[in-house]
Amino acid sequence: EKAIRELSGVILSRGPKLCNFVDWKGHKVVYKRYASLYFCICIDEEDNELEALEVIHHFVEILDRYFGSVCELDLIFNFHKAYYILDELLIAGELQESSKRTIAKLISAQDNLVEVAKEEASSLSNIIAQATK
Amino acid sequence: MNPFSSGTRLRDMIRAIRACKTAAEERAVVRKECAAIRAAINENDQDYRHRNLAKLMFIHMLGYPTHFGQMECLKLIASPGFPEKRIGYLGLMLLLDERQEVLMLVTNSVKQDLNHTNQYIVGLALCALGNICSAEMARDLAPEVERLLQFRDPNIRKKAALCSIRIIKKVPDLAENFINPVAALLKEKHHGVLITGIQLCTDLCKVSPEALEYFRKKCTDGLVRTLRDLVNSPYAPEYDIAGITDPFLHIRLLKLLRVLGQGDADASDAMNDILAQVATKTESNKNAGNAILYECVETIMSIEDNGGLRVLAINILGRFLSNRDNNIRYVALNMLMRAITVDAQAVQRHRATILECVKDSDASIRKRALELVYLLVNESNVKPLTKELVDYLEVSDQDFKGDLTAKICSIIEKFSPEKIWYIDQMLKVLTEAGNFVKDEVWHALVVVISNASDLHGYTVRALFRALQTTAEQESLVRVAVWCIGEYGDLLVNNAGMLNVEDPITVTESDAVDVVESAIKRHASDLTTKSMALIALLKLSSRFPSCSGRIKDIVVQHKGSLVLELQQRSLEFNSIIEKHQNIRSALVERMPVLDEASFGGRRASSLPNTVSTSNGTAVKLPNGVAKSSAAPLVDLLDLSDDVPAPSSSGGDFLQDLLGVDLAPATQSEGTSQAPKAGTDVLLDLLSIGSNPAQDNSVSTPDILSSAQDHKPAIASLDVLAAPSLTQASSSTASNMMDLLDGFAPAPPKPANNGPAYPSIVAFESSSLRLTFNFSKQPGNPQTTTISGTFTNLSSNVFTDFVFQAAVPKFLQLHLDPASGNSLPASGNGTITQSLKVTNSQHGKKPLVMRLRIAYKVDGKDVLEEGQINNFPRDL
Repeated sequence: EKAIRELSGVILSRGPKLCNFVDWKGHKVVYKRYASLYFCICIDEEDNELEALEVIHHFVEILDRYFGSVCELDLIFNFHKAYYILDELLIAGELQESSKRTIAKLISAQDNLVEVAKEEASSLSNIIAQATK
Repeated sequence: MNPFSSGTRLRDMIRAIRACKTAAEERAVVRKECAAIRAAINENDQDYRHRNLAKLMFIHMLGYPTHFGQMECLKLIASPGFPEKRIGYLGLMLLLDERQEVLMLVTNSVKQDLNHTNQYIVGLALCALGNICSAEMARDLAPEVERLLQFRDPNIRKKAALCSIRIIKKVPDLAENFINPVAALLKEKHHGVLITGIQLCTDLCKVSPEALEYFRKKCTDGLVRTLRDLVNSPYAPEYDIAGITDPFLHIRLLKLLRVLGQGDADASDAMNDILAQVATKTESNKNAGNAILYECVETIMSIEDNGGLRVLAINILGRFLSNRDNNIRYVALNMLMRAITVDAQAVQRHRATILECVKDSDASIRKRALELVYLLVNESNVKPLTKELVDYLEVSDQDFKGDLTAKICSIIEKFSPEKIWYIDQMLKVLTEAGNFVKDEVWHALVVVISNASDLHGYTVRALFRALQTTAEQESLVRVAVWCIGEYGDLLVNNAGMLNVEDPITVTESDAVDVVESAIKRHASDLTTKSMALIALLKLSSRFPSCSGRIKDIVVQHKGSLVLELQQRSLEFNSIIEKHQNIRSALVERMPVLDEASFGGRRASSLPNTVSTSNGTAVKLPNGVAKSSAAPLVDLLDLSDDVPAPSSSGGDFLQDLLGVDLAPATQSEGTSQAPKAGTDVLLDLLSIGSNPAQDNSVSTPDILSSAQDHKPAIASLDVLAAPSLTQASSSTASNMMDLLDGFAPAPPKPANNGPAYPSIVAFESSSLRLTFNFSKQPGNPQTTTISGTFTNLSSNVFTDFVFQAAVPKFLQLHLDPASGNSLPASGNGTITQSLKVTNSQHGKKPLVMRLRIAYKVDGKDVLEEGQINNFPRDL
């Protein structure tokens, strides 16, 4: 919690033309700004900073495709879906899939499953409701 | 059912929270929701469980405690439906971490899910496992995950691969099991599986040397081929980023090749071509291309040498360095730091650009550039580089100044080609940023100055000039004040003028003015003022005409509330007034401080440094404890410094202060009474300077005889020595002799006289010292002690040094020891002879403190103790 606050302070105070990397408490933090949102990744000494920037962008593009011109509110009200997408992109901090199309397909397949399950549930409850009337 | 609680949809709760205007409101809403959720949990509510968990996760993200929801995750995971499992696993990953015991309970569910028919559920389980499994879970479930590495669906394979990474990180022993499946993964075509497989391979190699060997032999060629195909592949819309096909895969492959090629010439050979191809062909106008180039350069630098490739790499770095994009420059600086070890020459060529980066507006770049510059400094470029850095010091930001100053001082110290340059540069730094200069740095400067006798005049004049312009930097003032005090006469007579100097007329009174203003300055702290006082004392001797004026200045501090200043003021005042005959002897030039031992001591960094720069009153009652690295400010320091255990023998300062001074002089009472100061001075003088033969300790004799002695002995700086030095001892820095016991005279034979019982003076678990006593007949005050050291341990002691200290009413003389190597287990002894003269013979018994230093297996050992069991009538 405190870490988030401190880090936000440091990043927010950086001017626009400066580079996207910050040394913070022995770690490297890579951040990228999209309108009013900052996406930050913390990486190891040995990781490639420029690649981290690409990963951030990859993620943002996928979000964009999924939500259709994603905005901040989308992420707030659908944080769980954002997490599902993130889980298809990274596991334990390692990149999982470099194809946006594949990720999109996987997510939509899983969303389908949820839809189907909901329908089943509601139709079941209909049946029961009917039956107990 | 409560219409409000579980009925609130997630969306509504979020909206409600966002609508809160104050933190208190928000807390209230959250508390209500949590209460509702807790009630629902208690009722074991099925229907809204997953909505509640979503709410809980949101609340958790805001920072509130949510541990009551952890069991809910488990229940959801255990339910059969996909949506429930999905949210359950997400909750698991967000709300729990591997340290929670609850995690263990999940293991069974996860195991079942790993075997589920629905592959998405398998995926969920793998994902969760990969993110947070603990070591036990990893061990339990590793076989399942291994099996899944060969699953028909590539999405499962890739998840299994990443999950395996976590498993081998948690349980490195399992690494061998994964070697074979990974080899198969490396041949895949599906990019996702390939990426994850490569990542797993890289981590395997890090964890297990056998794996590294295996992959190096079997897979290097295959990987090179894969990379080549990738680089040459046609446009593939699915993976294209900025015109490059799957840059992520490029980068992973390059990383793995780096691991395989490092330290192995054959593997490195195999990859030379493809690396060259990547380095030359990759477009670098977009970030993706640059990321690949960066990785490529890293790899080239780490694998075995190939001249052509290295040149290629450095060229790329050079291009990066002049790129306008800050990110690229940052990355280039990073890389260059690593390139230095490989090819320092090439990096030197870019020095100018790097220097520019030190002045960049971006703090991250400045930091990297400064570190890089520091690594680049060598004897040939130190002068221009330092000049640049010092110039920049004037305009740099405050927060950067500290770093910059430290680095500049370090460079100056390490590489200065000649003393005069060193002094010049340090003066510039002090003038500009003296407040950022650490104590040890300006102490070192003083040591250097004192050693450069031909530069004394030059230095003091330069300092004088510097002070005229800026008197704001504390360290500058201190160094200047010390120099003016020491070399004031050179200042006034323009002695030792060098060709580069402009003539400058300074009168005695000008010099005194400067020191006076240092004292009067409001911002001067305790150290500065104390140094100024002693400087005034020195000047009063060197400039007799100003003596009266100086006395007036000094006297002003008689009533100072700060003990140190008051004490000095009174003592100096009384010297000026009453003891003019010894004054000049007292303040003769300080003996040259030994640079080598000083440097050695700094390296061993004694712990008892104190900063008096904040001048806290708290330390004062005992006399301010000063940094032991600054002999100059410790004159008349009557503080109770416990000698810090130091590994080098050259701690002349400890000797100067003397272990014994404190207890004896503390009992003299602090110098609240004006006269006490004088007495203390006499006492100190009485210790310092007597020929060994003179046994009578009458005070007037000492004062007069002090004049005859070599000035070095009588110098205030050396006063604190408790043991006697023979008049014949000839070494320049007498302080080294004190307590060393290495005076040239042969050991005195044991004399006849009334017999006294021997005592065991000191005994520890590894060492015993026995004393045998004898007295010369007719000389009751002097006792000859023959000390015998026995080694009680089973290790040989080498570099054996015995030191002793006694209170003021005793005089001690140490003869050299019979040897400095003590065989183990009492197979031999070292003997050393001492002579003690007790001026209070019959009234006070002998007391002695000792310090024994030796080495065991090259490691320094120090033992200290006090001997209280001398026979009473000695």
